[in-house]
Amino acid sequence: MSAPLLSVKDLRVGFATEAGVIQAVDGVSFDLRPGEVVAIVGESGSGKSVTAQTIIGLTRANNARIEGSVKLGGEELTSAGDAAMRRLRGERIAMVFQDPMTSFNPVYRLGDQIVEAIRAHRPDTSKKQGRERVVGLFEAVGIPNAEQRIDDYPHEFSGGMRQRAMIAMALSLEPEVLIADEPTTALDVTIQAQILDLLARLNRERNLATILITHDLGVVAEVADRVLVMYAGKVVEEGTLDEIFYDPQHPYTWGLLGSLTRIDRPRPHRLPQIAGSPPSLLDLPKGCPFRPRCPHEFSKCPQYPPLEARLPDSPGHRDRCWLTPEEKREKRQVEGQIGLEAPREVGQA
Amino acid sequence: MARFVARRLAGMVAVLFAVSVIVFVVFMVLPKQNPAQTLAGKNATPVLVKNIEEEWGFDESLPQQYLSMMEKIFTGELIQYSPRLPVLDLIVEKVPATFSLTIGAALIWLFFGLLLGYLSAIRAGGWLDRILTGVSIAGISIPVFLLAPVLIFVFANKLEILPNGQYVPFEEDPVEWLKHLILPWITLAVLSIGFYSRVLRSNMLDVMNEDYVRTARAKGLSERQVMTRHVLRNSLIPVITLFGLDFGATIAGTAIITEAIFDIDGVGNYAADAVQKFELPPIMGVALYGAFFVVLLNTIVDVVYAYLDPRVRLGESASA
Repeated sequence: MSAPLLSVKDLRVGFATEAGVIQAVDGVSFDLRPGEVVAIVGESGSGKSVTAQTIIGLTRANNARIEGSVKLGGEELTSAGDAAMRRLRGERIAMVFQDPMTSFNPVYRLGDQIVEAIRAHRPDTSKKQGRERVVGLFEAVGIPNAEQRIDDYPHEFSGGMRQRAMIAMALSLEPEVLIADEPTTALDVTIQAQILDLLARLNRERNLATILITHDLGVVAEVADRVLVMYAGKVVEEGTLDEIFYDPQHPYTWGLLGSLTRIDRPRPHRLPQIAGSPPSLLDLPKGCPFRPRCPHEFSKCPQYPPLEARLPDSPGHRDRCWLTPEEKREKRQVEGQIGLEAPREVGQA
Repeated sequence: MARFVARRLAGMVAVLFAVSVIVFVVFMVLPKQNPAQTLAGKNATPVLVKNIEEEWGFDESLPQQYLSMMEKIFTGELIQYSPRLPVLDLIVEKVPATFSLTIGAALIWLFFGLLLGYLSAIRAGGWLDRILTGVSIAGISIPVFLLAPVLIFVFANKLEILPNGQYVPFEEDPVEWLKHLILPWITLAVLSIGFYSRVLRSNMLDVMNEDYVRTARAKGLSERQVMTRHVLRNSLIPVITLFGLDFGATIAGTAIITEAIFDIDGVGNYAADAVQKFELPPIMGVALYGAFFVVLLNTIVDVVYAYLDPRVRLGESASA
């Protein structure tokens, strides 16, 4: 296996607020190799976006406490200066954001906004060279009439085309790492598939290491090599795509998988969901943070479970649940498929 | 664009017509007094009053009087009652003083308002922001009729470095022109400096939270580039709109108090005089002059707005 390009070790990000410190990310570790797609999955507030933005240095603020280590090709990023981080953003790590409607400045032409990114890092690029480059990028991401469309304003593009333009901008400096933060969430389902195909193709063709942030396991299934499931700032399970989909160990992952609607299964009576809502980060339950929503809670759960490999055959598949592998295999079966049964008290709501 | 201009011109004519009718009704129809009687003086004979009525046309029907007044306005023949001078010539003569005052003040307030607002926004929450916030609030709170006498007392009477008023034409002596205008400029600009810096600051703080600002950072722009090219640029759009409207209103009348305090012989002072003497022709002339600039600046604002924000299209959205 090749050496990791990006290595995140025990990353912790806290924000001081008047109500107390919000530990948005609490001990996240993972490696990313060239050409690999790592998906970070979780509900809103699970810390997945903060993790991504911290890697690129966008969460630096007076009230932010960032601990742990982020290494890009051996270079430590958490302690790098602001100027060094600025040079690296876009150039080595690029980011695609969730909402293409609001992620471009409405008053500038799209082509100019991408040329601006190129010239921020290569100031001696002429306007003409920049334009030619953008035309090439637009063609690479499948925007028709690239020559004319680079002079359009963002509002003249459809959502899907805008996301393509966003990806073109992210690719403009040939970065080593691409962070896609919910790249398909704001798009129509048909467009989602096109954008995912595009990301998968770029990943293959350019050997681009990709971090994909999403709450949608359907998206993950399309493109990811490895998956991290996050809950309340912590990784609760990680493994390869197959391990997570076919042998999930954590009840939260079961819940996520169970709430996927599937076209190859009979239509459920009501859409499955995980009862309750994520805990407040200011007031986490003792022990396992998923405990209040978990129907399988038992006497060991008030102890905080470490993230470790619990299956003898797959050392890379780690989770934070005290249940034995046999218990898990049995309890995750709900109506003949993987799922999380409704807990007794909140289930009727 | 052509449709927009045509519609705007039609709108401008409508506004000017409405203003002229309202002014005519307020000063000519509503007062029960006969203007000829006023002009003739207290001890006038009925014959004299009759002569004046005939001479000025007060014996004609009101619509007829209105029409002849409008005709004279556009031919420049409208005469004020006393001394008998053409209104148009008087306004034209006084426009340089008013424009020197208002344009100079507007440039000052725009420059300092934006500068203070920008510094305040990029240091939001810090000590500089707090100081500038205090300065802005003070500027907004001080009334012109208090600020002007204080400035005159300090700079004209005590320090004796600046004159206490009046206007010197630029062609006559540029240095004196400048010296005479400094205090009026400050007086007129202070309120707007405070106001504009607050508006720009809050706009910028809003824009800083926009997704596209995060995008700008993510592509590796320096903090200064992010602030000027994205945050400031987008925050200026509403400020420019505000500026156009305020500047039009200042030319049209807000400068009256400042002109009066500093004894500047401008259009505002002329209007104030005319109202005191109840002279309809100059009131009508100045009202139309003011309305013209308000409507003109409004139109310019819309054109500039469409230029600054490409999402705005003049043809569909604009209305007079």
